[in-house]
Amino acid sequence: MAKVEDELGRTALDEEVEPTAAAEIAAPPEILAESLGEYIRAWGRRVAGGESGALPVVLALVIIAVAFEIWTQGLFLSPQNLVNLFIESMVFMTLGMAEIFVLLLGEIDLSAGYVLAVAAGIAGLLVQKPGPNWPWWLAIITALVCSGVTGAVWGLLVSKLHLPSFVVTLAGLLIMWGVMLVILGNAGVVSIASRILVNQHVLYQIVWGNIPPVAGWVGLAVLSLLFAGITISRDFGRRRKGLVAPPPGLTILKIAFFVAAGIAVVAVCNVNRGSSLVVLAGVPWVVPIVLVVLLLWVVLLQRTKFGRYVYAIGGNPDAARRAGISLATVRTWAFALAGVTAGFSGILYLSWQGGTSTNVNGGQYVLYGVAAAVIGGTSLFGGRGKIAQAVVGGLVIGAIYNGLYLQGVQVQWQLIATGLVLVGAVLVDTLSRRGTLSGSATRI
Amino acid sequence: MMSPVPGPEAPATGAAAASSLSPASPPLLQLRGVDKHFGAVQALYHVDLDLPAAQVTALCGDNGAGKSVLTRCIAGIHQPDHGEILWNGKPVHIRGPRDAADLGIEVVYQDLALADNLDIVQNMFLGRERVHRGLLNEDSMERAAAETLRNLKVTTVRSIRQPVASLSGGQRQAVAVAKAVMWNSKLVLLDEPTAALGVVQTRMVLELVRTLRDHGLGVMVISHNLNDVFQVADRLAVLHLGRKVAEGPVADFDLQNVVQYMTTGSAHR
Repeated sequence: MAKVEDELGRTALDEEVEPTAAAEIAAPPEILAESLGEYIRAWGRRVAGGESGALPVVLALVIIAVAFEIWTQGLFLSPQNLVNLFIESMVFMTLGMAEIFVLLLGEIDLSAGYVLAVAAGIAGLLVQKPGPNWPWWLAIITALVCSGVTGAVWGLLVSKLHLPSFVVTLAGLLIMWGVMLVILGNAGVVSIASRILVNQHVLYQIVWGNIPPVAGWVGLAVLSLLFAGITISRDFGRRRKGLVAPPPGLTILKIAFFVAAGIAVVAVCNVNRGSSLVVLAGVPWVVPIVLVVLLLWVVLLQRTKFGRYVYAIGGNPDAARRAGISLATVRTWAFALAGVTAGFSGILYLSWQGGTSTNVNGGQYVLYGVAAAVIGGTSLFGGRGKIAQAVVGGLVIGAIYNGLYLQGVQVQWQLIATGLVLVGAVLVDTLSRRGTLSGSATRI
Repeated sequence: MMSPVPGPEAPATGAAAASSLSPASPPLLQLRGVDKHFGAVQALYHVDLDLPAAQVTALCGDNGAGKSVLTRCIAGIHQPDHGEILWNGKPVHIRGPRDAADLGIEVVYQDLALADNLDIVQNMFLGRERVHRGLLNEDSMERAAAETLRNLKVTTVRSIRQPVASLSGGQRQAVAVAKAVMWNSKLVLLDEPTAALGVVQTRMVLELVRTLRDHGLGVMVISHNLNDVFQVADRLAVLHLGRKVAEGPVADFDLQNVVQYMTTGSAHR
C-alpha cells in the first residue's frame, strides 16, 4: 500500500480554482451580472472574446441603412420607402423562420421556395370567381395544411428512412416546382386584385391594408403594457422564489428598447405616404400578423418540450436519444412546421403581388430564406439560433433588395450583393466561434 | 422527486469497507453466473459480482476484459445469455434502459451524453421536463437542479443557467452525475469518470463519488486509473478476458497485485 500512497502524492498539489475565465465569456451576461454596469462589462468581455451575438448583424443593418441613405440622397429612409421595405422583408422573414425550424436540427429545407409558390397558387385559385370562390379563411387554411403535409412528407423521409434532408428537399424543390406549374395551368397567372370580390380583397388587404393611425397607437400601448407587465412580473416571480433574475436596470432598458422600437415603427407607418387628397397612412396589417406568428413560434421553441427537444437534437442527437426523446417524431414535426411557415409566406407573397404566376422564382426565394436565417445568426450546424433572428436577417436582405432597386441597379448586382452579405455573415459566425470554446463549431 | 438525494439520515459507511459480507441484507445488485457471448466471442464467463449500497465498487480490467459488456448487461442494453441478476435479493430481468431506470439504475457513459448548446438545468431535465399548463416550468426545474447540485456539493459552477459548452471537463462530469442521481436512483455506474481530466478536476469528481456513497447510493466505477481506484473505492473487482479473477475489500489489494490480476488473471499475495 505504501507504493499507492506515494502515487497519490499528487493530491497534495495546491488548491486552485476551476478555470472560469472561459466560462465567463461563454455564459450569457444576464445570468451572471447583478447590476446594469456589470452586465455591460460582461457583455463587452463577451464581444471581445468572440461571442458577439446579435452585434454584427445589427451593425451591418446600420451600415447598410446609412450607406443607402447617402447613396439615394435621403430616399432610402423616407417613411414611404421604409414601409415598402417592411412589406418586402416580410416574405424573407417568414421564409427565414421556416428554415430556422430545420436548421436548428442541423437539417435544411430547399423546397420552401416552391412550397411558398404552391401555397400562393392554392390560396389564389380557391378564391377565384368564376371558380371555387371559397371563403378567404378556408383558402388560407387549405394552403397552410397542404404546405404542412408536404413538409411532413419530407420530414418522414428524413427521419424514418434516414435520407439526407439536402437530397430529399432538393427533390422536393423540383416536385413542388412541377406542382406549381400544374395547378396554375396554361394561363399561368392568378390574380386576387378584385375590389368587388370580398374573399380576394381580404387576401389583398393582408399586406396592402393599413391599421387606422389612432388604432395603431392604441395597439402599441396595449402591447407595450403587456410586454412590460410580463417581463417585470417574471423577474419578480424569480426573485421571490430565490432565483437569479436579470438586474432591474437591464429589464427597464429592455422594456424601453421595445417601446422605442414600437414607437419608431408606428410613427414611420403613420406618416401620410399618399397625397394631400388621398391619405395613405397606418401600420400595414401584415406587421402585427407576422408579429403574432413570430410570438407563437418563439413560445413553441423556447417554452415547450417540443422546442427544447429541437435544440437538444441539434446539439447532441445521441444525448437526446438516450434521454428517451423520439427523434423521428420531433424531426417530422419540425419539417411540418417549416412547411406551414413557408406556406404562410406564400400567403404573404400572394397578397403582396396581388396574385401569383408561374414566374415565381422559388429557387431564389429559398436561398434568401436560408440567408435570412444565417445572416440573423442561426448556425447551419444545428442547435444554435433563435426564431427572432429571421426578422433581422430578413430586414438585411430586404434592405439590400430595396436599396439597390431604388438606385435602379439591375438584378444581377442585387444577387451579387446579397451573396456577399451572406458570405460575410457565415464568416463572422465561423470566426467568432473559432475564438470561443464552444465545441459545436466542429460538429456537422 | 423534490429531494433527489437522500438527506443526512442516510448511512455514511465509507470507512467500513468490508461490510459487504454482512448477512443482514443482500447487496443492492448481485450478478450470479452471468454469461454473454457475441457470435463465437465469449465476452463474459460465469461472472459473479456484488454491488452493495453505500459502497463504491471499482471494476478494473484491461481493454477487452469485458467491463463494458458487464456494464451494458446491468444497464439493460445487453441481456445475459445465462445467469441471473438479483436486485435487493430478488431476480429481475432488465430488458432495456427504461427497466434499469425504473429499478433505480443509472449509467453515466464516458461521452456523458450532454447537449453542449443547452444549459445545466436543461441538460439535467432533458427528456423529463416539468410542465405547467403545456409550458415548461423553468423555475421549478431550476430550483430542483440547484438543490441536487448543492446536495452533491458541486459548487464551482457560476450559474446553472450557463451552457454546458462553457464548463470544464470536471464540471461536465459533475453535471452528468447529477443528472443521473436526480431520479431517486439507487445504483450509479460511472464509466471512466476521470479519463481526460486534469488533477484538480479529477479530485473534484472523486469527491463527488464519495458524496454519492455517503448519501447511501451504490456506486460502480469503471476505471483504468488505479490511483483513482485506490483513492475512492471500498471494494474492488478485476475482470480478465471475461472472467472475474478477483473481488474483495480494497484493503486486500495493492497496486502491484491488481496490475498482475489485470494482465495475467492471477496474482501472488
